[in-house]
Amino acid sequence: MLDDFFIRALLVGIGMALVTGPLGCFVVWRRLSFFGDTLAHSALLGVTLSYTTEINMALSVFVISSIVALILLKLQKTTNLPSDALLGLLAHSSLAIGLVVIGLLATIRFDLMGLLFGDILAVNVNDIILVWIGGAIILIVLKIIWKPLFASTVNFELAEAEGMKPEKYNAIFTILLAAIIAISIKIVGLLLITGMLILPAAMARNISDNPMQMVIFSVIGGLLSVLIGLFASLEINTPSGPSIITAGLLLFILSLSRIKKKTQLNN
Amino acid sequence: MTQINNSLVKLENVGVFDNDKWLVKGVSFEINKGQIVTLIGPNGSGKTTTAKITLGLYKDIEGKVQKFTEKVAYVPQKISIDWTLPIRVNDFMNLTNTLTNDEIKDALEITGTPHLINKNLKSLSGGEFQRILMARAIAKKPELLVLDEPVQGVDFNGEIALYELIKKISDTLNCGILLISHNLHVVMSKTDHVVCLNGHVCCSGTPIDVANNEKYQEIFGKDISKILSVYEHSHDHIHKIDGSIEKKK
Repeated sequence: MLDDFFIRALLVGIGMALVTGPLGCFVVWRRLSFFGDTLAHSALLGVTLSYTTEINMALSVFVISSIVALILLKLQKTTNLPSDALLGLLAHSSLAIGLVVIGLLATIRFDLMGLLFGDILAVNVNDIILVWIGGAIILIVLKIIWKPLFASTVNFELAEAEGMKPEKYNAIFTILLAAIIAISIKIVGLLLITGMLILPAAMARNISDNPMQMVIFSVIGGLLSVLIGLFASLEINTPSGPSIITAGLLLFILSLSRIKKKTQLNN
Repeated sequence: MTQINNSLVKLENVGVFDNDKWLVKGVSFEINKGQIVTLIGPNGSGKTTTAKITLGLYKDIEGKVQKFTEKVAYVPQKISIDWTLPIRVNDFMNLTNTLTNDEIKDALEITGTPHLINKNLKSLSGGEFQRILMARAIAKKPELLVLDEPVQGVDFNGEIALYELIKKISDTLNCGILLISHNLHVVMSKTDHVVCLNGHVCCSGTPIDVANNEKYQEIFGKDISKILSVYEHSHDHIHKIDGSIEKKK
């Protein structure tokens, strides 16, 4: 069964959606969407590193993204620049360095499009294993740190005053983001990973009124996006990664009608 | 002295220097179990800063803070919750601890807000939210409770009832309370120890000591401080939180 490229794509997409759902909620709650982008950009540097040193790609992306994330946390504490300026600084400079390194490696054939947009139809059994095991680890860690992370998301000072150590859990969460980017880079690519984090969560926000509900809807939204996107790409021959994101957008648009009804009810 | 056993937090000559000026300097006090310590002072005198130092929210401070308990609850003066987060009162009550439904219900009952349990935080009024903040802090059954202007936005009757409640909490839970308030007249009668701040400790002691202190009268104006000095509260009736009045037995 795993011989079929489409089944492999489905398995890996489902595994990814199960993880991006809950993580995406935190990304939306914590206003980190641009942060996800920054990490994804810095992943390019990780990819080039893996080409030059022949380390596993997921590992090198994970390491570089984590380093960039920790540099950001450090800069936020030591400079007076606003977070978005720091994010822009890190995103563009790490992207630039990544491209410079690619330039230096002119002898190596490099599928830049594949890297930017991913190729879910080209995944192999090892990728499936990586996504499911990596994803399971991310979800287990998220479950363990859920309470302090959620408390520090609601209010940092309150969490800190009551001994929840928000700084520590923020850092762990950042590492989890780097990890999901590392395992999904091959599937949806650098440019679409934040879409996969944000779209289902944004859709879920429109139709939920408590945190747990939002997480569940976000997972469902992600799964539906993967299914619709993949079948669409099979039927009408569209690129699969962008099709998944477009499906997510359609779900988001559908969810808007629900908000409208709600506000009318409130009035 | 049994101080070592009873002391919850001890500040020794603490201060914070930020952006080229001292936010507060040279503050010392101690909070023991069952004691209410009140911070008063004009705007910008460092009350909230002092509360945050006590909670350990400042990393770079001068002086020494010793905290002898981990069971701390905090009612901040201002709290901004991002409305991208859908969160009900029920979820908020469980924010930093895990409570049973009964514990949540009891705490909401005490602050007169049991009907709000399934409401979204976003839909609460300022006064309702303030009571929820109190309920959450009480439900934790803390050893040290830090209340930064806990009654702002609460209507007058509710305010008195909440202060009665604070006194009751300190008695029943035997916890130490650090209270910040500008409502001197109500606060003073409930307090064991008053610290009057104005960038530094300008005077401190029992409510009566402070009310009669010249520096205190200077800060708050002689007339006002006389009128408001110590409001000895001895009614023959009780103001309930919902505003109704009940005869004392």
